[in-house]
Amino acid sequence: MPLLNVDNVSFRYGEQWVLRGIDFAVEKGDFLGIIGPNGSGKTTLLRVIDGILAPQEGAVLLEGTEIGKLRREALARSVAVVPQYSALAFPFSVEEVVLMGRAPHLGRWRFEGDEDNRIARKAMEMTDTLGLAARDMESLSGGERQRVLIARALAQEPRLMLLDEPTAFLDIRHQVDFFDRIRSLNRDRGLTVIAVTHDINLAAHYCDRIILLKDGRIGAAGPVDAVITEENIRKAYETRVMVDRHPGTGSPRITLT
Amino acid sequence: MTRFFLFTFLLAVPAIVLSVASKIETGKAVTPLRVSRVCALLFGVFLAVAAIAAITGPHRIDLLSLLRQDGAAASPEHTIVFSVRIPRILLAAIVGATLSTAGAVFQGLLRNPLADPYILGISGGAAVGAVLGIIAGLDFLPFGVPVLAFLGSLITIVLVFGVAGKRRESQSGTLLLSGVIVNAFCTAAIMFLISTASGTRLHGIMFWLMGDLGLADTSQTLLGGVALLAGFIVIYLHARALNLLVIGEEQALQLGVDVEKTRRVLFFAASFITAAAVSLSGLIGFVGLLVPHLIRMIFGSDFRLLLPASFLFGATFLVAADTLARTALGPSELPVGVITALFGAPFFIYLLKKTEAGRCRF
Repeated sequence: MPLLNVDNVSFRYGEQWVLRGIDFAVEKGDFLGIIGPNGSGKTTLLRVIDGILAPQEGAVLLEGTEIGKLRREALARSVAVVPQYSALAFPFSVEEVVLMGRAPHLGRWRFEGDEDNRIARKAMEMTDTLGLAARDMESLSGGERQRVLIARALAQEPRLMLLDEPTAFLDIRHQVDFFDRIRSLNRDRGLTVIAVTHDINLAAHYCDRIILLKDGRIGAAGPVDAVITEENIRKAYETRVMVDRHPGTGSPRITLT
Repeated sequence: MTRFFLFTFLLAVPAIVLSVASKIETGKAVTPLRVSRVCALLFGVFLAVAAIAAITGPHRIDLLSLLRQDGAAASPEHTIVFSVRIPRILLAAIVGATLSTAGAVFQGLLRNPLADPYILGISGGAAVGAVLGIIAGLDFLPFGVPVLAFLGSLITIVLVFGVAGKRRESQSGTLLLSGVIVNAFCTAAIMFLISTASGTRLHGIMFWLMGDLGLADTSQTLLGGVALLAGFIVIYLHARALNLLVIGEEQALQLGVDVEKTRRVLFFAASFITAAAVSLSGLIGFVGLLVPHLIRMIFGSDFRLLLPASFLFGATFLVAADTLARTALGPSELPVGVITALFGAPFFIYLLKKTEAGRCRF
């Protein structure tokens, strides 16, 4: 059984259909990229997968269970989201933020115990944020904050990790650093990852499979080589591009023409 | 001279304890042990301040003789302390704890450091009710003015939430706006009522609007205490959810919080205890804004510590302020809201300046 099954999902805001007949499955250990032009429904799709938005048609199944039927807490134990950073209204330390990832595992009354602290520490080690533990979130750089948010997601011990344009405000060094970390979690620990991104080259470089959305439908889906073609990109983005091979890795690479 | 020393103690005890605590307590993780330790410390400070408040006043109390003659309940000193001052201290503590707890909750729910318990219009509704009651001469009935004030605030709560409706996306913004509008409307209504009021009623109205702890009797105080305890338990059950809500509603959902339900419960509980407190004391400003910030600066933003610490220190702060209000000008009293604002505002500015840039942001 696939880990995640998006079964013929359609979603509309009011009268306007944003997603139409989206149908795909994600196996355990996959690294799936979702790309597409602005307004193509990428973020809406991610919210539907995460159960924040309920589709009017079709269903999202997590290991066979419809996610709309799961309690938020149960869902948060299986699915973690690395969001774009947004400022906090009040100061919280890095350690406090990472420990918040343990919330779905704790009942209403329980405080974090030794086990939770151990898991949070490990998550901070894996993301090189242990040295920042006592720092205030607002005092960190963009790259550091994004690593803390990965650590928080890891502390949830999820089976599926969703990335919502996590590198949108990072420079290339931190973009690469971010995706290197995610890929090694994917390769070494079997973490299943779905990443929404604007950056076609980053997606081509790191993902195993890609879904290209256009106007709320799947324009193309499959292995990176099959999706990132001049034809597909031109149709979806209405922009002329040239696709060649990355000289080092052999993955497809787009260049504006 | 004695009064001067008592005032000094009243201010010095909490100030010293908090400044020592601020050196030790910053940046530590919240554990049950730490919550109990901080609460024990703050409860000790509260007891000290309450004890000073009980022996401060126009009638000098000799502490030793008071303790010695515990059998003779009829002595005037005994009556003053146990029938006049302690009930009033209790009321100040309940109102201070309520406003501080509710302020912390509203700041978290609205993700807005400027939020206080009155921000959603509760104060306006309560004031219209109370002013109507005072003009109608209901202040001679035991529950007249408080009941009208309570009804007034319940009506505004229903109104504000009705206006904001069920839209989740922008609910905080819509709530704030409808709160501001309801408050503006109520201010106009109050001005209208005041301009029609006779001179004898004006004094009562002014005192109510600035906050006055000399109005409630013991049974009302106890009712307020029951409301506060019930509300606080409900609120504290959602303390961790509040931490997550501060990060953002969508992220709270992603971390397993039932956002819709949690917000509803918290808004209702905080509004309810605020309405109960306001109906007993009038509009005491600044406590609900200042205390949560002060506690946050010293003990951090985690609501599992912030809520009980704000509760205890809010009680302490208002007992101290009320003691100054009823004794600073000799036999005549000041509205306690004057003291909280006169002391609170400069103190707040001092704290803002002192706090290093990284710890607190506005």
